[in-house]
Amino acid sequence: MNIVVCVKQILDPNLPPAKFKVDSKARQIIPPEGIPLVMNPYDAQAVEMALRLKEKNGGKITAVSLGGPEAVSAVKYALSLGADEGVALSDEAFFGSDSLAVAHILGRAIRKIGAYDLVLCGRQAADWDEGLTGPLLAEELGIPVVNLVRDIENVGGDWRFTRVISGGEQVFAVFLPALATITNEAPQTRLPTGWGIISANRKQIPVWNGGDIDVDPTRIGSAAAVRKLTALTAPERKRNCEMISKETVAEAAGTLARRLGETGAFL
Amino acid sequence: MTKGILVCAETADGKITATTRELLHAGRDLADAAGSALAALVTGKNPQEAAAEAITLGADTVYTVDAPSFVESTPDYYASLLVMTCRKTEPAVVIFGQTDLGRDVAPLLAARSGGVACMDCVRVAIDTQTRALLQTRPVYGGNAMAVWSSGEEVLRVVALRPRSYAAAEPDATRQGEIVALDPPDSDESPRMELLETRKEDIQGVKIEDARIVVSGGGGIGGPDGFKLLEELARVAGGASGAVAATRVPCDEGWVSHGIEVGQTGTIITPDLYIAVGISGAVQHMVGCADSKVIVAINRDPDAHIFQEADFGIVGDYRQAVPALTGAIKSIKGA
Repeated sequence: MNIVVCVKQILDPNLPPAKFKVDSKARQIIPPEGIPLVMNPYDAQAVEMALRLKEKNGGKITAVSLGGPEAVSAVKYALSLGADEGVALSDEAFFGSDSLAVAHILGRAIRKIGAYDLVLCGRQAADWDEGLTGPLLAEELGIPVVNLVRDIENVGGDWRFTRVISGGEQVFAVFLPALATITNEAPQTRLPTGWGIISANRKQIPVWNGGDIDVDPTRIGSAAAVRKLTALTAPERKRNCEMISKETVAEAAGTLARRLGETGAFL
Repeated sequence: MTKGILVCAETADGKITATTRELLHAGRDLADAAGSALAALVTGKNPQEAAAEAITLGADTVYTVDAPSFVESTPDYYASLLVMTCRKTEPAVVIFGQTDLGRDVAPLLAARSGGVACMDCVRVAIDTQTRALLQTRPVYGGNAMAVWSSGEEVLRVVALRPRSYAAAEPDATRQGEIVALDPPDSDESPRMELLETRKEDIQGVKIEDARIVVSGGGGIGGPDGFKLLEELARVAGGASGAVAATRVPCDEGWVSHGIEVGQTGTIITPDLYIAVGISGAVQHMVGCADSKVIVAINRDPDAHIFQEADFGIVGDYRQAVPALTGAIKSIKGA
C-alpha cells in the first residue's frame, strides 16, 4: 500500500514554559536560541503508524512537509525512521497560509506524488494545536477522514480504523483511499537507527514550489486567509504558591491538611 | 433580519449535556450582542424533550432532526446533516463543543460551506462594529493565547472547549419554536461504516464531575503508586473524589487513558486538584488550571507545577500522600 505522511517541524512542545517568549507586537512566538526544532510528536506517531502498516502489508511511505528550510529536516527525520521517499514544499507565496490553504497545498502535492491508499497526519500540530489540517486535507482530496485513530488494520481485505472517543473507542470499516489523523494513544515512536540517519542525510530531498504542484495562487498565502490573527499574548499566571516546609514531610502534610480545611475544600 | 447563531447541541440519555449548556450560554451572549436570534440543532431519536429543554436554556428556535445519535453514526453522516441544516437555516455562526462531534464535524462543515473554522476556543465575541467574530484560543500548548478574527462574509464555525463558559441556567418561562427538519438522505455509497462503539466502564465518579481530584504524573513511577492516590481521593473526596493522571502514566499503561487530564485528555475544574509527581507541563495544566485550589507535591523544588499551585510540598510522595491522607482523616473525624 502507498502511504503519504504529512509531517511538520515545530518548536519543541516539551520546552519548559519559561523558554517561551511571546512578542505581542509582532504577534509571534520568539523561538529560544540554540534549541533545534523537532518533528511534531503527533506527526512522528503518524510516521510510526505508517511504518507498522508497511511492515505488515508492504508498500511505500512518502513523507511530505510544508514550511521554510526546516521542512527538509522534517522529511529527513521521517526518512531516518524508515520512510522511503520524501518531498519538501517551500515557497514564499505559501507564507501566511491558513489551514485551508495548507490543505490545498498539501493536496496538490499529494496529487503530484501519485496513487495513494492512505494519508496520515498527526491529530494536531503541537504549536497551533488546532487539528484542522487533517480533516481539511481530506476534503481537499475528496476522501473520508477518521480522527484520533489509534490503530489501523486489515481484516480479510477490509480496512478497520479504531479511533478514540470520550470514554471509549469506535471501530470503522473505511474504504480507501482515506485519511486518518493519529492520536497520542497510538504506539509511541521508535528512534531513528544510525544507518537510517546516514542514508537520510545522503538523500537529496526534492523541494517543490507552488508552480511545481500547480496550486491555485488565489487560495494560498496571507491574502487568501479569511481568519486573521489579531492578538497573541502570554497567558496570565494566576496563583502564588504557599510552600509548606516543615521538619518532616508528615508535619508539612498536617499543616497542608489544616490549610485546605480552612479553604473548605474537603468539607 | 440578522442571521442568527446556531448551537449544535448534544444529548445524553435524552437530556442536553453539560457542555451544550455552556454552548447555549455562549451562544445566547453572542446573539444578544449581535441583536440576532439563537437557534439550536437537536438530533437523536425522539429529540422533542431535549428540544424543549434547549428553549428553557436560551434557544429561540430549536431545529430537530430525528436521526441516529453521533456515536451510532459516522462523521460523514453528521457532516451531511450539519451542511443540510445550515443550508436551510443560514446561520452566521455555528457553535460546536470541542467534543468528538465538534472535532469531526466542525472542519468538514466549514470546508463544505465555504466557511472558516476555529477550533478549541475558550472565548467568543462579536465585534459590534465590523460584526467579525473574535475567537480566543490557547496555542503552543497553552504557552500563549491567540485571538482570531473571522469576518462576516463567510460562515463562521467555532468549537468551544468544555468548561470555558458557565452552563446556561434553565428558565421554564422562556418561549420558543420547535421546527422539525427531515434527516439527510442516507448515502447511497457510504465511504465508511461504523462497526462498533465500545465504552469503558468507569467506576465511581467521572473525573470531570468530581469535586476533589488527586492526579499522578510520571513521578509516580508505576501503577502501584496510584493506590496511594486512590486512598487520598477516597478519604478527601468520598463519593465525589477521583483519581486522574497526566499523559505519561496513560501512555505507559499504568492507568487508563480515560482519566487523562490535559490538552489531549479531559478538561476539569474541581474544587481541589492535588497534583502528585507532576512537573506541570503546559499541555497538562490547561486541563486543570481553572480548578479552585491546586496543591502540588513534588520531589523537585524547581518543578514548574509550584508556579501554578496554591500550596506546595517538596518531598517524596510515598511519604507525603499517606501523611496527607492521615491528616485529612483526623480533621474530618474531629
